[in-house]
Amino acid sequence: MSDLTDFGVTALRDGFRKGDFSAREAADAFIGAMEAGRPLNAFLVETPDHAIAAAEEADRGRAVGELRALSGVPLGIKDLFCTAGYQTTAASHILEGFVPTYESTVTAKLFGAGAGMLGKLNLDQFAMGSSNETSAYGNVISPWRRAGDSAPIAPGGSSGGSSAAIAARLAPAATGTDTGGSIRQPAAFTGISGIKPTYGRCSRWGIVAFASSLDQAGAMARDVRDCAILLEAMSGFDAKDATSLDVAVPRWEANLSSNLNGKKVGIPKEYRVDGMPAEIEALWERGIGFLRDAGAEIVDVSLPHTRQALPAYYIIAPAEASSNLARYDGVRYGLRVLPDGANLQDMYAATRAEGFGPEVKRRILIGTYVLSAGFYDAYYTKAQKVRALIARDFEAAWASCDLLLTPTAPSAAFALGEKTADPIAMYLNDVFTVPASLAGLPAMSVPGGLDAQGLPLGLQIIGKPLDEQSVLDAGLAIEERAGFSARAETWW
Amino acid sequence: MVSGDVTMAQAASTYRIQGATGEWEVVIGLEVHAQITSNAKLFSGASTTFGAEPNANVSLVDAAMPGMLPVPNAECIRQAVRTGLALGAEIHRWSRFDRKNYFYADLPQGYQISQLYHPLVGEGSLVIEADEKAGIPTPKTIGIERLHVEQDAGKLIHDQHPTRSYVDLNRSGVALMEIVSRPDMRSPAEAGAYVRKLRSILRYVGSCDGNMEEGSMRADVNVSVRRPGEPFGTRTETKNVNSVRFVMAAIEHEANRQVDVIEGGGAIVQETRLFDPDKGVTRSMRSKEDAHDYRYFPDPDLLPLELSEAFVEECRAGLPELPDAKRARYEGVLGLTPYAAGVLTADVAVARWFEALLAATGKDGAEVAKAASNWLISDLFGALNRLGKSIDESPVSPAQGAELLGLVADGTLSGSLAKQVFEIMLETGDDPARIVEERGLKQTTDTGAIEAVIAEVLAANAEKVAEYRGGKDKLFGFFVGQTMKAMAGKANPGVVNDLLKKALG
Repeated sequence: MSDLTDFGVTALRDGFRKGDFSAREAADAFIGAMEAGRPLNAFLVETPDHAIAAAEEADRGRAVGELRALSGVPLGIKDLFCTAGYQTTAASHILEGFVPTYESTVTAKLFGAGAGMLGKLNLDQFAMGSSNETSAYGNVISPWRRAGDSAPIAPGGSSGGSSAAIAARLAPAATGTDTGGSIRQPAAFTGISGIKPTYGRCSRWGIVAFASSLDQAGAMARDVRDCAILLEAMSGFDAKDATSLDVAVPRWEANLSSNLNGKKVGIPKEYRVDGMPAEIEALWERGIGFLRDAGAEIVDVSLPHTRQALPAYYIIAPAEASSNLARYDGVRYGLRVLPDGANLQDMYAATRAEGFGPEVKRRILIGTYVLSAGFYDAYYTKAQKVRALIARDFEAAWASCDLLLTPTAPSAAFALGEKTADPIAMYLNDVFTVPASLAGLPAMSVPGGLDAQGLPLGLQIIGKPLDEQSVLDAGLAIEERAGFSARAETWW
Repeated sequence: MVSGDVTMAQAASTYRIQGATGEWEVVIGLEVHAQITSNAKLFSGASTTFGAEPNANVSLVDAAMPGMLPVPNAECIRQAVRTGLALGAEIHRWSRFDRKNYFYADLPQGYQISQLYHPLVGEGSLVIEADEKAGIPTPKTIGIERLHVEQDAGKLIHDQHPTRSYVDLNRSGVALMEIVSRPDMRSPAEAGAYVRKLRSILRYVGSCDGNMEEGSMRADVNVSVRRPGEPFGTRTETKNVNSVRFVMAAIEHEANRQVDVIEGGGAIVQETRLFDPDKGVTRSMRSKEDAHDYRYFPDPDLLPLELSEAFVEECRAGLPELPDAKRARYEGVLGLTPYAAGVLTADVAVARWFEALLAATGKDGAEVAKAASNWLISDLFGALNRLGKSIDESPVSPAQGAELLGLVADGTLSGSLAKQVFEIMLETGDDPARIVEERGLKQTTDTGAIEAVIAEVLAANAEKVAEYRGGKDKLFGFFVGQTMKAMAGKANPGVVNDLLKKALG
């Protein structure tokens, strides 16, 4: 039998159904890969017991003809999802040792569909970062390396543990969350696919909050079909999340089609930013060619407020985060630092000073500042107006197209440490992903090719609200034509 | 009722603080926090039962566990809308929740979900009754600026351990309405009347039990003083005052303190103060300078609250008759005195009891209202007062009361017999007819028996009979009394009168 870790979600599910292998065999294969992959630091907690229990249940089920959507499929779970009985830290010291008594809606749905959990995946602390370097438990290392260079490469962020684990075949697929690009950018950096659905498709209940109006769970996997399968199992209305959308979950996988006849794909001219590397330009052109070849009509569109998206995002997201993270105060759970003679205020200060990493503190400070009296209108109110304008830009674009195609990130993955000194340079990595987040639109990244140094590059497809189907279809069209078969060589 | 319709001329309050340099007028505005009657909290399914063990009523949401989200409780919103309608207020079809950010151990989220920018309910008003003795010569309309919905915090318990404080989150997340008045009150009495009236309306609507001892209602009291006719002075806000009496005492103390400060050459600082009920004084808590910057912003976990016309109309249609309307009906239709109508309608439990009493008589309300009202206000209230019970705890039911009134109306019982029977009812809980039957307390109209007793009384008091016949008419009452006494109160007083007159010639 071939190595089961070469199998993605579809192959695992179908092979298991056919009886080619047991779920336990699949789980064991990935558990072995996970253990061998420890040098990548992709997993914060390994939960082989969970994966095995789910696999054995799947095997018992198969014996009596009970097959669920994800029976036989083990998954990696980003450590932003609360998992009952398993430590959940958001990669922060402040939640060290925190074991939820409850299961997030998304993981409950996945486990209910028969999936098992291999472990909790590393991420940027509280999902704040684009390189995974803000994790309190050490950065993830991408399985990818530049040609002829062993310098460690960033797996992207914040879902960098997810992207690295999938690219390195430590997991067939994983959950991610995306606030400003945290699924799409790491997917692009590691040559995998990742989709962030329409805001409200996946329940936020039980996901450690970063920025509530932007946070959205999504699927990361080796290919588009796997993403569709996973997303279908994760999505659905949840009365426990007031922003959850009460709409039926379409059958994305069954309806998947790379025939784009009759579809119009818009190319937003504002995404041609100054200093964009020629390679990215070339990638974009190739993507345009793929979609045209799949039957789509290509049209030029304008999203005039694109330039204002990043600054608006870096006001709104920190503002919400500064408030969302106030609950980590040392009173009820997680870290408590109580210096001798400390009063309540001292305890707050000591706990939060020690518990939060520098990037989290930076964003709490930014957020506190932009919400404070005298600055609120100049920053927060204005940013909300910009957000409304950006949403309006997209609405206007939908008058002339069904989808948008852009690069996912302005460059290929950078080396670890390369951008940590300059937060702005790091934030600029989100320039193409943030607008869709601000507008709550479904968007995905699929691999488009490699750069000159052999690192993957991603193409982003943005769709209309609730039109994940068209996004997935266009992703599939690119996937079929890009013929992206490169994979990181095992060096660990 | 829409109190804005009241067009009666309102006499200005004459309440003044006599300072060393002249008279001062007091300006008062109140922010009342009223706990919404609901089984569950505003954004979680946890119970709201008062008096539970500490931290027994705490959900994952209330404890602000990671990843937990608030979901609005529709019943709380409905109650707030009904309250707004009862205050004749504008119901905003679009409102939104904001976060008020601050750190405290009783606030697990690190923010309170409230409504600053877009409250659920806008302008309304209520009318306080005239009360000459309290210096309120005419009914007065008090403006209400807004009503919004927000979460309560938990509480810290400091007296259980020498060095630690304990946190009880039972109240954390409980739904409150904050009802903000205009600065329309000019005396402690007006403020007291406002709180009582507001409490009355809330209890009628059923949106708050108004129980100030259990913390279901408390007031932040804004007070300033000025020379009559001059612009408003600087105000202070005294927080969390939890009884009508304390509200009045806090205003009185605070107004006098402000006058003393100003007359002593000082200036009033805009600040938050606390009322010490033991000493009857207010104390500074924090000044505006070190006031928190709450960094209010729209709660991104919640969508704006949009109310349909149908929902609001359903709330409106479901409102009960409110105190002002009920009072007018009691006077106009039932023919009660303004005093009786006021007493019977001030509290919804009393009004309900009274109406159940009327219904149980099986007669037309207007026919029996006066007798029922008199009996309720004097006899029943007197008894409840003596027993220290509320109307809801009355040992006598409305049906029993109606039966008693019926026995009086049909001549079975005299007034004094009725009082005797009522006392026995209070003690035993028995029905009046049964008491009358078993104890033979029925009044007698048997003229033969009465005549026999009268003959005995007159024979035993021959001297007085002579005096009476000699013109001392006042002695008639003496003979009535003696006859009634001899008959153990069971004689029909009308028959006794007639027969005595005949006998005395």
